[in-house]
Amino acid sequence: MKIIGIASVGGHWVQLLRVVMAFKKEELIFISTSPDFAVTVPGKKFYHIADGSSWNKFKLLRSFWNAYNIVMKEKPDVIVTTGAAPGLMGLFAGKILGAKTIWIDSIANVEKISLSGRIALWFADRVYTQWPDLASSKVTYAGNVLI
Amino acid sequence: MIFVTTGTQAPFNRLILAMDEIAAELGEEVIAQASGVDFPVKNLKIVEFLNPTEYKRIFKESKMVISHAGMGTIISALKDKKPILIVPRVAALGEHRNEHQYATAKKIEELGYMPVVYDMYDLKDKVISLRDDADHYVLPAMGDFASVSLIQSLQDFILKDK
Repeated sequence: MKIIGIASVGGHWVQLLRVVMAFKKEELIFISTSPDFAVTVPGKKFYHIADGSSWNKFKLLRSFWNAYNIVMKEKPDVIVTTGAAPGLMGLFAGKILGAKTIWIDSIANVEKISLSGRIALWFADRVYTQWPDLASSKVTYAGNVLI
Repeated sequence: MIFVTTGTQAPFNRLILAMDEIAAELGEEVIAQASGVDFPVKNLKIVEFLNPTEYKRIFKESKMVISHAGMGTIISALKDKKPILIVPRVAALGEHRNEHQYATAKKIEELGYMPVVYDMYDLKDKVISLRDDADHYVLPAMGDFASVSLIQSLQDFILKDK
């Protein structure tokens, strides 16, 4: 099975690795927002895309376009993200191209689901929160990335 | 060496300014990873961006870390059992897009994971007490991966037919 893990650099990326690296037996492909982070996934295929955000919507379109091209080329079975907005773009591209899509809301969102997570709720096949208080009929809680 | 880290999303000059004032009294080199510092810094060594390898090295070598409430640093501190002080960014001051760092910091503090500073006036005392107490510092243990239950749930979902 081919799994794409996508996340912005920083905390989102650290969280992604703590989830996706548990699936070492599968074919793992990574996407982040800086080429520097390839060294953190040695031996894995790694791509980087533009780092757009709600502060920079034009760049976010580029994030989407970059992600779309990668997902189209790789044809993953599953795409999973821990955010932020560029991860949402990747997930959306995955949805359009027929992959199973999973949003894991960052553990930093303790009081409500992030804006990107709320958007992911419209289309993602599964949305996780890392806090039991935020679980609902649409949002799954099954633990967190820490312990 | 003491390491101050603020991530790459936006400037966090309130923390940099406060640390610059304190640094002279610490008797330690203070390295600060920060972008958009728009005033002359006297006592800190500023680096704008650290690649993951450099970041890891400085993080490991540091005696203690002072950080914005970014999950990356929080997880790294848990992994390395590094004494750390958390200072959340305040979106109302333009330091982030929303106030989630405050909420994260509150939760981290409630769980007893690490000390948090909300007011820069308290920073100096907390930095000094953490520095003097670094040897007795105990962080909760953390494994290599996310919760077993989360991995299991993902596995079940991934393998389930579309």
